[in-house]
Amino acid sequence: MKYLDEFNDPDLARQQLEAIDQATTRPWSLMEVCGGQTHSIVRNGIDQMLPDKIRLVHGPGCPVCVTPLETLDKALAIAARDDTIFCSFGDMLRVPGSRNDLFQIRSNGGDIRVVYSPLDAVRIGEENPEKEVVFFGIGFETTAPANAMTVVEARRRGLTNFSMLVSHVLVPPAIAAIASSPNSQVDAFLAAGHVCTVMGTEAYDPLVERFNVAIVVTGFEPLDVLEGIRRAVVQLEDGRAELENAYPRAVERGGNKAAQAVLEDVFEVCDRGWRGIGVIPASGWRLAEKYRDLDAEHRFEVSDMHVEESPLCHSGEVLQGIIRPNECEQFGTTCTPRNPLGATMVSSEGACAAYYQYRRLDLAGQS
Amino acid sequence: MNDAAEATSPEQHPPSNAEVEGANVVDQDATTAVDPTAWTCPMPLRDHDRIVTGHGGGGRLSQELIEHLFRPAFGAVPTDPSHDSVILPMPTGGDRLAFSTDSYVVTPLIFPGGCIGDLAVNGTVNDIAMSGAVPVALSAAFILEEGLELATLGRIAEAMGRAATEADVQLATGDTKVVEARERGGMTITTAGFGVIAAGVDLGPHRVRPGDKVVLSGPIGQHGMAIMSLREGLEFESELQTDSAPLTGLVQTMLAAAPGGVHALRDATRGGFAAVLCELAEAGDVGVEYVERDVPVPPDVAAACGFLGLDPTHVANEGKLVAVVAADQADAVLEAMHAHPHGHEAVVVGEVVDDHNGIVVARTGIGARRVVDLPLGEQLPRIC
Repeated sequence: MKYLDEFNDPDLARQQLEAIDQATTRPWSLMEVCGGQTHSIVRNGIDQMLPDKIRLVHGPGCPVCVTPLETLDKALAIAARDDTIFCSFGDMLRVPGSRNDLFQIRSNGGDIRVVYSPLDAVRIGEENPEKEVVFFGIGFETTAPANAMTVVEARRRGLTNFSMLVSHVLVPPAIAAIASSPNSQVDAFLAAGHVCTVMGTEAYDPLVERFNVAIVVTGFEPLDVLEGIRRAVVQLEDGRAELENAYPRAVERGGNKAAQAVLEDVFEVCDRGWRGIGVIPASGWRLAEKYRDLDAEHRFEVSDMHVEESPLCHSGEVLQGIIRPNECEQFGTTCTPRNPLGATMVSSEGACAAYYQYRRLDLAGQS
Repeated sequence: MNDAAEATSPEQHPPSNAEVEGANVVDQDATTAVDPTAWTCPMPLRDHDRIVTGHGGGGRLSQELIEHLFRPAFGAVPTDPSHDSVILPMPTGGDRLAFSTDSYVVTPLIFPGGCIGDLAVNGTVNDIAMSGAVPVALSAAFILEEGLELATLGRIAEAMGRAATEADVQLATGDTKVVEARERGGMTITTAGFGVIAAGVDLGPHRVRPGDKVVLSGPIGQHGMAIMSLREGLEFESELQTDSAPLTGLVQTMLAAAPGGVHALRDATRGGFAAVLCELAEAGDVGVEYVERDVPVPPDVAAACGFLGLDPTHVANEGKLVAVVAADQADAVLEAMHAHPHGHEAVVVGEVVDDHNGIVVARTGIGARRVVDLPLGEQLPRIC
């Protein structure tokens, strides 16, 4: 497979690992920000192949994991309505709300549809004029342009039965929150490549300056991740803190200007609660004033939700890289993919789920 | 079908069985795939071009459906109407029977390279074949939704007939019920069947031993991704086709090439290749290790899985098997498989080990190792 196999080449991987090994003289902690990178690292066993001195810390970049419980409960309340078709990306369906999840609502008769493109929700809206069609617009900057275009398209087609429940989150404020946390143990960040494909890399310059921390824009295939790690280690060993792009085949400094223009039009920055972490100032997008009529939160009476997070769940510490999944007492015992306490055990990009799925053997050997 | 119904009124003489079967034979020779444009109803079914409740009522409409749609499509179905069950001669060639049943629901009903009909035949044929049995006869029970087009049902029935012919198994008995439309025009097929296991053939997880080789009969993921490419909300362009195929012939070839050397067989359907290994490891209480890089994944499957965030080892196949084979007979089994059309891309992908019993471990592309687990439920496309 072009551009997949090539970046999974064992010989090149070995060379990269040797280069990392040679460059490393001291212990370093690197945070990969994106859940897709976490998944790739754990699935491919990249962390097992690194020198002992390199510790990878898993970051908050799993959109499913950080979607606030309150938003999820709103989604569940809307999805349970008889007059509504609720459209969502697939991996939101199993995420536990306070009392149930979307799968349970569907089995109780809720019309919940998995879509891959948010534009399909617009089509469903056109085909079902007697129903309210709501799309669950979550994710980082990566998914935001398609969601924004969906809002534009719904407006253009004059759809009155379409709305979007928006809970978008932004990477740079999350990096700032982690870097400024007194608990932070992160020496360098591997920034999420596809977020930068959309937004470019300029937003990271101030972070490098403010926190004197190395940030390396990194891709997702094994060789991409290894290159990001190598560059971060070289910087740290040199005593440098710079912004580097280790994913140039997908990321340009200016990003995707067309996408940014749509985002600018459709969304406005807001404070956003991150599940397990709390409110991070100016870390989210909501629909801009002129699209407020397409905002599901305004269309449906879903305010004043009373949310109950499991007191046993430590996903917040996992998402901030303070603990690893297997360092949580509930991991693999009271919390499993079958009975998850938090979203990090559910999503395919969640660190807890990745550890549970791929690492049981090693973790069992340690205990 | 609609054209045929208009052109021929019910009063005209029905075509004889000979004519109908003759037409089938020609069709079989022309193509093994379902051709949506080529199917014509051998006789008009009154004035209906869609299933109505009456087709399941046991009256004249039911009879017509059987006589003019199913029977011609299925070929040699026993004709004696005086029994509620089909009576078959006592099978020979073995000393035990394998018996299996499975229900088939798939959306859409017709998809690239096949349809629910050949799936329903091949699926149960393969379940029987994996015990080392040669399938003899199948039953087919249909639950049809009101509004199903007769032309569609006809194409599906013909595909079943062709699949049964290819698998050398008789579609011996059946049943049809009609239910109120939920999705309008859907259907469920349940097939059951039995086969004969030759004396001395003993396959199963209890025979799996450390050192055995794990053989995969060909590239994985085609069926599941072909269906996925058509699913509402996920449509993407591809040339993926189902790999649906009967595996009896391949299995018998393997058993003949290495008497006693094939220890266990599983067809890698739902849950995919990985689920089969997990079940073998658990049931046999052995460890299994395989090398990711050695598992053949067609480029278009890899691409589709890549952008949907799915793992091809968990994607369904309908014409692939996993064999656990004694190490010293692996070459003989592979050679036999390579000579068979359904096994010519067979490869050794791993082995059974005397370690981590019950758990499957994969060697990753970059040389690390990871646990391979059963997925909790359906694989869900990820967000980004």
